[in-house]
Amino acid sequence: MIASRHASPSLSLGPYGTVSTMGRIAVDSVTVRYGDRLAVDGVSFTARAGDVVALVGPNGSGKSSLLRAAAGLLRCGGQVRCDGRIAFLPQDNGARAALTVMETVLLGRIRALGMRVPETEVAHAVSTLDRLGIADLAMRLVPELSGGQRQLVFLAQMLASEPAILLLDEPTSALDLRNQLSLLSLLRGLARGCGLLVIVVLHDLNAAARFADRMLVLCNGRLVADGPGGEVLTETMLANVYGIRAEIGRSNEGVPLVVPICPIGCGDDP
Amino acid sequence: MAALSAAGAAARDGWRRLAARRAAMLAGGVAFLAVCVVLDAATGPAMLPPAVVARSVLGLGDDPMVNAIVWSIRLPVALMAVLVGAALGLTGAVMQTILNNPLASSYTLGVSAGAGFGAALVIVVGTALPLPEAQAIPLSAFLFAALACAAVWLLGGLRGATPETLVLAGIALMFLFQAALATLQFLASPEALQQIVFWLFGSLQRATWSKLGIVAAVLVVAVPMLMRDAWSLTALRFGDDRAAALGIGVRGVRFRGFVFVSVATGVAVAFVGTIGFVGLVAPHVARMLIGEDQRLMLPGAALTGAALLSVASVASKTISPGALFPIGIVTALIGVPFFAWLIIISRRSHW
Repeated sequence: MIASRHASPSLSLGPYGTVSTMGRIAVDSVTVRYGDRLAVDGVSFTARAGDVVALVGPNGSGKSSLLRAAAGLLRCGGQVRCDGRIAFLPQDNGARAALTVMETVLLGRIRALGMRVPETEVAHAVSTLDRLGIADLAMRLVPELSGGQRQLVFLAQMLASEPAILLLDEPTSALDLRNQLSLLSLLRGLARGCGLLVIVVLHDLNAAARFADRMLVLCNGRLVADGPGGEVLTETMLANVYGIRAEIGRSNEGVPLVVPICPIGCGDDP
Repeated sequence: MAALSAAGAAARDGWRRLAARRAAMLAGGVAFLAVCVVLDAATGPAMLPPAVVARSVLGLGDDPMVNAIVWSIRLPVALMAVLVGAALGLTGAVMQTILNNPLASSYTLGVSAGAGFGAALVIVVGTALPLPEAQAIPLSAFLFAALACAAVWLLGGLRGATPETLVLAGIALMFLFQAALATLQFLASPEALQQIVFWLFGSLQRATWSKLGIVAAVLVVAVPMLMRDAWSLTALRFGDDRAAALGIGVRGVRFRGFVFVSVATGVAVAFVGTIGFVGLVAPHVARMLIGEDQRLMLPGAALTGAALLSVASVASKTISPGALFPIGIVTALIGVPFFAWLIIISRRSHW
């Protein structure tokens, strides 16, 4: 259960570089059950402002459930304590509603909106769009945007609520390589520059190692590894968690690179 | 606040223009509706000049004869068309939003069928009731509309009140009530059968000032409560997940929407009978013209529904001079071509 979810004090959403309130999240032996199935099994970790934490693991390992539990959207056992407002981005399953980008971002401020939208809220939404460099999309309809643009719009919606903690569920799954890189560097910029705490579910281990300060590896609902990419990504871990054989290389910048040796099903699995 | 870039300033101006355009559209809708009401009051067995009717409606009429016709006979009918049309437009809009389904309306999901069954029940067994039929029929229709709504909610709620389960429950209820209604029709005497059929066609002619007052009172209470959820309903258009992530109590919004649909459909259908097409189509028209922002889309759907029923009311009196076409039939006959035209001119792939 959520012990406390403080609303952060009104903080200025200035340009890059302004440090907002310090977010902190402490997840303590959280368990999530769906009927008889234990999706998350006693996971504990803490993370603080300025961190980018990547949550990785095979399909069905409990990443999304853990993230939802942390966001307070799922009943769970154990305790989640957080300081600062949380913004949660669900997995992208498209958007069919013919709402404009502006309306979508305003929704991030839903508590401040009434039958009239105050001028300050309009200005706030516009400056949030400006900050992500997508103000030119403001009057476009969300279903007509590309996948990359859509994710930026929903990121703007999150930021409009002036969160201290960003939880994102596979934000890059529908993006091409370039958009993946730019979204992830944007998230890292938000953590470094604005002091946000970012927890992001990712499937791409190389991207996770490159952009996250820390990787949490889930397997069958349990936390099996926690640390920087260089420590977490080992041949043993990949064999145990993903059931693949892989070599761990290094990029020129020293970032670990996972190179699978043999795709599953090619005939000579160990 | 950081200074806006050129794109930011353009965005702000674009938003202002959009807001102004939408406000102008709503104002245009109100003006159009006013014209419809005057035309509706001018049409009848004795055609009156619209200008004279307009003066009378505004309280400036000096012909007692015209005043009597307008105020005691025609205006209640014309205003009933407006209120019922608005109520049906709103219920359709709310249903389509909370059920995330473009085919949802109180007609397609069993609420109207429930009301029809309630009315038919009184017509068939009416003599056994302590109330006079004129009061028992609307009351029973209202109660069965509420019952149908509650049944949809409970049945759909068994599996978590998701849009899918609620839609399925609604469809099931519609077939159930239609079968029950058909059974009553099968068992009814020829006179009762005729009365049932005419009730189901719908008619505005039963309108009186007191009935009008009841419908107005219900809407005056229910609509502001609905509008408080306007932004939450807008958020729901992106799906439950995204709405919940914004901190919206999705189940609560959906439940309150259901209560509104139950009450507004019940009171509308109770006094004029089942009118199908308005609730389905008015929200789509409003969405195409005004967009998805429910603060404006809901009033837009109400105006569209009101105008549609008002135009249908005029048409029902003019199609064959001297005879009154059932309003429920006329609504679809004039609404479908208009709707088809709107679908053709808009090239959207989403609804």
